[in-house]
Amino acid sequence: MSTETVPPGRGAAGLRAFLHGLPGVDRVGADERAARLATRSIKTTAKAQAIDLAIAMVDLTTLEGADTPGKVRALCAKAARPDPEDRSVPPVAAVCVYSDLVGVAVEALDGTGIGVASVATAFPSGRAPLAAKLADVRAAVAAGAAEIDMVIDRGAFLAGDYATVDAEIRAVREACGDAHLKVILETGELVTYDNVRRASWLAMDAGADFIKTSTGKVSPAATLPVTLVMLEAVRDYRAATGRTVGVKPAGGIRTTKDALKYLVLVNETAGPDWLTPDLFRLGASSLLNDLLMQRRKLTTGVYSGPDHFTLD
Amino acid sequence: MTSDQRVDVRKTYKLFIGGAFPRSESGRSYPVTGAEGGFLANAARASRKDVRDAVVAARKAFPGWSARTPYNRGQILYRIAEMLEGRRAQFVAELRDAGLGKGAAGAEVDAAVDRWVWYAGWADKLAAVAGNANPVAGPFFTFSTPEPTGVVGSVAPDGPLLDLVSALAPVIVSGNTAVVVASEPAPLPAITFAEVLATSDLPGGVVNLLTGRRAELAPWLAGHMDVNALDLTGVAETDVKPLAEAAAGNLKRVFRDPVRADAEDPGTARMQAFLEIKTVWHPVGV
Repeated sequence: MSTETVPPGRGAAGLRAFLHGLPGVDRVGADERAARLATRSIKTTAKAQAIDLAIAMVDLTTLEGADTPGKVRALCAKAARPDPEDRSVPPVAAVCVYSDLVGVAVEALDGTGIGVASVATAFPSGRAPLAAKLADVRAAVAAGAAEIDMVIDRGAFLAGDYATVDAEIRAVREACGDAHLKVILETGELVTYDNVRRASWLAMDAGADFIKTSTGKVSPAATLPVTLVMLEAVRDYRAATGRTVGVKPAGGIRTTKDALKYLVLVNETAGPDWLTPDLFRLGASSLLNDLLMQRRKLTTGVYSGPDHFTLD
Repeated sequence: MTSDQRVDVRKTYKLFIGGAFPRSESGRSYPVTGAEGGFLANAARASRKDVRDAVVAARKAFPGWSARTPYNRGQILYRIAEMLEGRRAQFVAELRDAGLGKGAAGAEVDAAVDRWVWYAGWADKLAAVAGNANPVAGPFFTFSTPEPTGVVGSVAPDGPLLDLVSALAPVIVSGNTAVVVASEPAPLPAITFAEVLATSDLPGGVVNLLTGRRAELAPWLAGHMDVNALDLTGVAETDVKPLAEAAAGNLKRVFRDPVRADAEDPGTARMQAFLEIKTVWHPVGV
């Protein structure tokens, strides 16, 4: 992909010209490529390694209106020791909660080394005044969040008002301070792969540390082809600028098989550099139990069942 | 061959998992022969992954099936008997292929329908017979009620139809869901029976039928941590002990009792084996 041109200086017209100058995505080709990579077979020791890597990449998430401090504490306990019967299971990468529950999660995870990620900026719709979004971010950071998952203003993006989206991401980036910024593109609402590519570049250029597919509240959430497009974007962005940005598919990843397909996609698209929790995450809640069940199948030799793992 | 000669459309015998008829994940099959040793058809030879998929389907179907009213379950079981009766000629033909004489095949189908209806009638009577209002010396009521165990794995005996029906009906009548390994020498009537199940309003996944090698499939079923009970009636005496040991991993109920040929009284032991009795206390006047 020919993106030797580093994104130009500000100016709404310049930004627009750059984003629309990005090469188009071959939709059929992307679908086909993702489907072909999904047929790779990962077995035995490679599967065991991949499962452990996937567990270490999970952002264990609870984003419900009914979240209680107790539920968040239980989730944090699970994040630190995913399988209480097996100490060799690695802890997950982070726990992802709403901004008002960050304090509870930080306290529960104290000393475990697991970061707390918080969704902010009027998640999941993103429909709030900028001041409210920034206050949300600052509150989460002040409560100890190490990572902020913001949503872009899809309305502005789809209206072609890229400068507004850009300015908003930059403002949130500023409000984050030292916290990592993940930018949620909500690809299910962006309609085309071309838009996904544009939104990815826009977010990376505005300072995102991670680009994330979805909130999990909109269907379709993460899909393999969309993640493929985003992985190509981070690869090309590093080639163009030297800065490395991570990718986080979220929503709809429920089985070990799905997770392994994503790992194959990362390895084949962005490259093995991205096969680390620092640069690739899986936003999920029910996925973790399936990973643990598959892991136990490998260690004990019999199929496991959901009765033997926590409900969450 | 002239152009007006018609080519037979032969049935591909597949598995029955989650209400659908998939081929084995492994793509394998094995030849099934008739009584004289002649080739009948290829049956799917299920693999451990088919067992896994079947258990997942059965687990998914369990909450819905067990929550139905016993009356509704009974109605669906009656409907299955009606469908079975309607396909009587087809089953007689299949059983004759499997080696039964003309009279014996007809008698076996009749016995299978009667056995199924006998169990269907139990749907709304089990709670009254297996449960109880217990006497207590205090201001309480206490009730014991039978509840289904969960997912039941069955290894059906060799018989082509009556054995299958006798192993299956007592499992699902009380609200359990079933994963059944069909008769190894005569699996074809079992798959035809799955077509009866699929057209009888029985929710997908309540019954999952696998064909293949018992010795290969039974250990996976026995060890599976999401199976709650095991019916080893079709397993040879010598294989029972290792399977029962594997079943101990999650304390499965293990049941093994020859199917009774007596049409009058199949007995309630098979139904009771897959029930759990729950006793609850209610204060009076609150």
